[in-house]
Amino acid sequence: MNYSMKIKPDTVRVGLKPTPFIDRLRPLNKFESLAYWQGYWSPADFGNPEREYFAIRNTTSVFDLSPMTKYRIKGPQAEAFLQRLMTRNIAKLKPGRVAYTVWCNDEGKVIDDGTLFRLGPQEFRLCCQEHQLFWLLTSAAGFDVSIHDETDEVCGLSLQGPTSYSVLRALGLAAVETLKPFELRDFSFGPGSIMVSRTGFTGDLGYELWCAPGQALPLWDALQSAGRDFGGVEPIGSTALDMARIEAGFIGAHLDFMPADQAVRAGRAASPFELNLEWLVDFNKGHFTGRAALLAEQKAGSKRCLVAVDIEGNKPANHALIYHRKKTEVGHISSGIWSPTAKRNIGLAMLQMPYGKSITSDLWAEIYVMRELKWEKRMAKCTIVKAPFFEPARRRATPPGAY
Amino acid sequence: MSYSHIVIGAGHNGLTCAAYLAKSGAKVLVLEARSQPGGAAATEEIAPGYRVSSCAHLLYQLHPRIMLDLALDRHGLEFSAKNITTTVLAGDGAALTMLDGKATGNISEKDAQNWPIFWARMKKIARHLQPMLLMSPPRLAGRDLSQNLDLLKLGWSIRSLGREDMREFLRIAAMNVYDLAADYFDSPLIKVRISADAVLGTTLGPRSPGSVLSLLYKLTGALNGVQGAMALPKGGMGAVSGALLRAGAVRGVDLRLGQRVRRIIVADGKASGVETDTGEIIEAANVISNADIAKTMVSMVGAQHIDAGFQRDVSKIRSKGATAKLNLALSALPNFTGADAQALAGRLLLTESIEQIELAFNPAKYGQWSKHPLLEVVIPSVTDPALAPAGHHVLSAIVQYAPYQVESGWASQREPFQRDVMAHLEHFAPGIGASVVGTDLKTPADLEAQFGLPGGHWHHGELAIDQLLMLRPVAGAARYATPVENLFLCGAGCHPGGGVMGAAGYNAARAVLAKRQAA
Amino acid sequence: MNQLSGVEVAAPSVQSSLREDRVYDAIIIGAGHNGLVTAAYLARAGLDVAVLEKNPHIGGAAVSLSLYEGWTYSNCSYVCSLFRPEIMRDLELYKHGLQIIPYEGGMTMMANGERFHTYYDHNVFRQEIARFSKKDADAYDAYSTAVMKMCRWIKPMLLRTPPDPTSFKPRDIAELLYLGKHFASLGERDMGELVRFFTLSIADFLDEYFETDVVKAHFAGSGIIGTALGPYSPGTAYVLLHHYMGDIDGSVGAWGFARGGMGSVSKALAGAFKSHGGKILCDSEVAQITTQGGACTGVLLTNGNVLRAKKVISNLDVKRTFTKIVKPDVLPENFLRQVNNFKIRGSSGKLNIALGGMPIFDNVPSEHPSLRGDLHFTDSMARMERGYDDWKEGRWSADPYVDMLVPTQIDPTMAPPGKHYMSVFVQYAPPTLSDGRSWDGPARDEFAQTVLNQIASQSPNFRDLVLHYEVRSPWDIERETGLTEGNIFQGELTMDQLIFNRPIPGYAQFRAPVRNLYMCGSSTHPGGGVMGAPGANAAREILRDLSIRNFDPRQEAEI
Repeated sequence: MNYSMKIKPDTVRVGLKPTPFIDRLRPLNKFESLAYWQGYWSPADFGNPEREYFAIRNTTSVFDLSPMTKYRIKGPQAEAFLQRLMTRNIAKLKPGRVAYTVWCNDEGKVIDDGTLFRLGPQEFRLCCQEHQLFWLLTSAAGFDVSIHDETDEVCGLSLQGPTSYSVLRALGLAAVETLKPFELRDFSFGPGSIMVSRTGFTGDLGYELWCAPGQALPLWDALQSAGRDFGGVEPIGSTALDMARIEAGFIGAHLDFMPADQAVRAGRAASPFELNLEWLVDFNKGHFTGRAALLAEQKAGSKRCLVAVDIEGNKPANHALIYHRKKTEVGHISSGIWSPTAKRNIGLAMLQMPYGKSITSDLWAEIYVMRELKWEKRMAKCTIVKAPFFEPARRRATPPGAY
Repeated sequence: MSYSHIVIGAGHNGLTCAAYLAKSGAKVLVLEARSQPGGAAATEEIAPGYRVSSCAHLLYQLHPRIMLDLALDRHGLEFSAKNITTTVLAGDGAALTMLDGKATGNISEKDAQNWPIFWARMKKIARHLQPMLLMSPPRLAGRDLSQNLDLLKLGWSIRSLGREDMREFLRIAAMNVYDLAADYFDSPLIKVRISADAVLGTTLGPRSPGSVLSLLYKLTGALNGVQGAMALPKGGMGAVSGALLRAGAVRGVDLRLGQRVRRIIVADGKASGVETDTGEIIEAANVISNADIAKTMVSMVGAQHIDAGFQRDVSKIRSKGATAKLNLALSALPNFTGADAQALAGRLLLTESIEQIELAFNPAKYGQWSKHPLLEVVIPSVTDPALAPAGHHVLSAIVQYAPYQVESGWASQREPFQRDVMAHLEHFAPGIGASVVGTDLKTPADLEAQFGLPGGHWHHGELAIDQLLMLRPVAGAARYATPVENLFLCGAGCHPGGGVMGAAGYNAARAVLAKRQAA
Repeated sequence: MNQLSGVEVAAPSVQSSLREDRVYDAIIIGAGHNGLVTAAYLARAGLDVAVLEKNPHIGGAAVSLSLYEGWTYSNCSYVCSLFRPEIMRDLELYKHGLQIIPYEGGMTMMANGERFHTYYDHNVFRQEIARFSKKDADAYDAYSTAVMKMCRWIKPMLLRTPPDPTSFKPRDIAELLYLGKHFASLGERDMGELVRFFTLSIADFLDEYFETDVVKAHFAGSGIIGTALGPYSPGTAYVLLHHYMGDIDGSVGAWGFARGGMGSVSKALAGAFKSHGGKILCDSEVAQITTQGGACTGVLLTNGNVLRAKKVISNLDVKRTFTKIVKPDVLPENFLRQVNNFKIRGSSGKLNIALGGMPIFDNVPSEHPSLRGDLHFTDSMARMERGYDDWKEGRWSADPYVDMLVPTQIDPTMAPPGKHYMSVFVQYAPPTLSDGRSWDGPARDEFAQTVLNQIASQSPNFRDLVLHYEVRSPWDIERETGLTEGNIFQGELTMDQLIFNRPIPGYAQFRAPVRNLYMCGSSTHPGGGVMGAPGANAAREILRDLSIRNFDPRQEAEI
């Protein structure tokens, strides 16, 4: 394992870092409504998040994924390294496949989640929200593996929605219909190629397109042309994306869990069990960081649990405290929205055990609603349900349907 | 052949641990990579007919409990001198000779009167720290009843120092020895004495905070019932290992030399034995490693079997030595300026002032050795003539400071380093160079290569508050058990640390046996 | 008012009007910021309090003097972060003109011409670190988390009275239990980390995170400022924490300028004190603290006046107090020996420079935001350590570590329009030169030239802009402010002099071994920096002894 780089000249300008798509996105961002994604220029919305949301569920949406942190992990012991790092069994991940996974610290608390792309027997790409190089390099000591931060060398677009397959076919990607969920493949595009994975953060039919920065604008333009006959390819911001991911029951760092390596207060970080992600933990694959702690937690029981809740009424319950019998505070809604598709008031809730597991009834969300400068408190009944809240069949259909 | 316990490494702690485990009736195997047992507690022949302690050369901490339990005297441990003097030589004829509370020579009357008071106070504080030597350090959190009792015992021991001495202890525990010496004394040579005992074997200068602790640590020893006494084992330091070896052998400990352990076999978080370099697999219920924690957990167990945070903690251990060893075979007794016959039978500290020690420390910070190092010299053949041919002598010198890493590497720098040390020695003992018939110089890199001392550090890791007790070697392995089940540590990197003491080996054996009872 | 800008001086007539038979409730010796904090709290509680100051101006080391027409310097301390917001709120300092304006960022001008910038915004700063090392950029996240954890732990300790660990008094035992509980709240892993933090060197700590020399040098600066230790010395990690644990409006580790210079802090404190009826007497140097029957009765001034008081509180450092103005025969022998052994070492100097314009620095655009922050030249910890080696041998550093600021870019009140005031803090400079020369000769200017040359080596027009400069060697600092050896913290911040060891083991609860005599300077817990905490702590203990309804300054601004 080694790591080195030359000092580049002082290119740092105080302000947001551009992505390769900024020249197309900025003119559309009429209200200059931005989200602050790891210091990059990233749109929060393009004027109407509801319209953008419906592009995800109705036609095709496109979201600039370039700020996503990306690491290239390769070497003879890349798999062994990842086996020790991740809670999932990476040996089962075949080249050409993608896996959602989490990784933990020694205490068995989740540092971050992300998608792991197996590009070859000894080569992987890890995509995640938080910066992980320090932890990855720390974990790499003793393994014959190289780790390279390629965030700025690979840009990405997330193409999500029922017509996304049709758009890609119109783009001329050969045999894209055989691409299964969590599968990745290179396709020739222009003079070079792009990588496409059937992945996403919306719970809908969708793809993620990865390319070199030089191909960014040609790809963007080609997608716009390809989408013209299918209701368009609508740029979306993070607000719409967040609505879709809650409907899909996906968790977000700093929203539903505190990355363990950034938590300064004792007891804030959460284990995979507490995040309802026990399906990602494989105790039989050999050792991984946090294994002993998680085994102990499995034996002793977790302190909290993340559940999906259906909340009565129509007022979004984000950040609301949850009470048992309207008296005892037992948790809070970590992510909550009114679902425009399901027409339900939904949320993810972190509850203190035994609430959420053995005590599941008589739970109330304390929602504050401001109506023309008057705050009103609502106690809304919460019903624990199974996530995802919305899971269309088109998400998994291979070959996908045209719409 | 299957064993109850395998001990990796026949250093004095490994041998102590093995002897105690065997004492409980278990079948114990000790595997040693070198062809000679003893680790850094060894005697070697540096020229035909000249034998000298390879590394450590003075015995002062070997725990009385171990001497007694293992009857080391019956197994051949004898002393050629039991309580030797310490003489500081300035090089210009000024000298100060000390034995326990008595100080004679170049010292002011006031300081000479203060010395026994000061020394008694330091010894008293150290005495109240003694209970922790044979204790598995209680954890910072999640303690059980027995750990709480240990903690109370330690707390009570410190409280029972009395108000003034407890305050003094809390003040000086993290202090630098330069200030401590100045608080009590003015005479330069007595300050040398105090600071030399604090910095020898560490990577600290007299002005480095924390250096007092290392002084107190040394004073916790009470060899042959005399606290602070320094002794010369007859036949060199190898005599200690020899006695431990025989104490083990009579209880059935098997020793195999020249067997390097390639890996510790781990499956499902449990150790089940070892694989040697020859590919032989030896199974055992427990594996106890006398090697340092990094070598044990990362090289022998493998990163894939341990948590990354734990591995990072291990990598953070400060263990870069700054101490070299020079052994000389001499055709005549050297003539040290200012030293009388009694002084030559004891320990010599060669430097003129505490400031000079600090100056000698400076280059070590930047990857250079000192041209005017502090030298701790003994000539064991004075009291143990069998070590050298008649009329000839062996001289053993600890050279402080020479850093673990030097610019352009030790391989090419040994010769100039040796020339500098010899020139410096010549200043204190004119003519010594002409009588040299054999030289053996061990740089920190050599000490690491030959004895497995990580970073060439004599203690397997700096003795500092942040690397003691429940933090030694790291918080996750401070009670000798490692995160890998059935795998234990027993080396100097563990509590209470290095020096030929045996406490780590004793405590580790107890931890192994306690586990068996608990199961 | 005299000619010194912004400095209020008592008129002689006030002094002569003192009635000899008056007995003050409390007299505070020294109008440093801690003395004024104690005074203000006591006056607020209804006591009749006087503050005595030897200089014609108040403030001690928190002063703003005008030495060159049109310019105001922050002569000693120059930036502010540690000053406890609880004190500012309790004493309503904003009403008396105190404004702390945060500044951000900075830059290290490396010897090779490269510049390492620091930025307030976490992501922008990360990107800058990534220019040197992507690993270091990510390590910065981990480092920030680790330091923040320790800051959060240490902050509540600042306004508490340290327990005596050798005592069996219920109060001490309760406080020890609190400490134990507070320690345990960290969880096992971070408990270990905290212990390490108290004893590690800043170099070892930074090596655990970073690989780039200049990145390490940038952070290491906070570990050595004001301290007679090098970055490789164990214990310097704590000194870093001491500089980090402050906050401005909840922004931890942020530093700011007091508008109008650091004298504004003292001025506001004096204003608050006087608004509660307190009196400040300048040009009133105390010759001796008077005692009778083992109890303190008042003070004797060098001008022969005698003032009587029920309580006397010394803002002077512990060494100065007990070796200069308390008769040794009233002190326990052991205490006096410990006072003599108290480590209070001058290790820093200061240059204050009036500039005709803003200097241009090589390879830095003239409007670069980094110029408004801390400017440094030292690009490796080894260079700092070598600076320390010079100090150990009794020389000022040939290649000093400087912390340089041009506050007039943000604070328009300290220099004429278009002109600037530059503050240059210099580490290391010994109080006594080993070559036997006095600071009061050519040595002082040779020292200044060493610093000016270092600045000029990176700035083509700097020399031409210099209109005036004031040089403060450790000796000068001692002469004016009374800080022994010119130590800016009133005593080293090493473990042997922290918490229950500060200033003297057994005497960490602000009471001297003489009845009715107290200590309130930075020699006491929690130590130096313009923090005000020792002053507030001392006031709380005095009011406790008087059984006066006390204030509780322990409601921490939550971080």
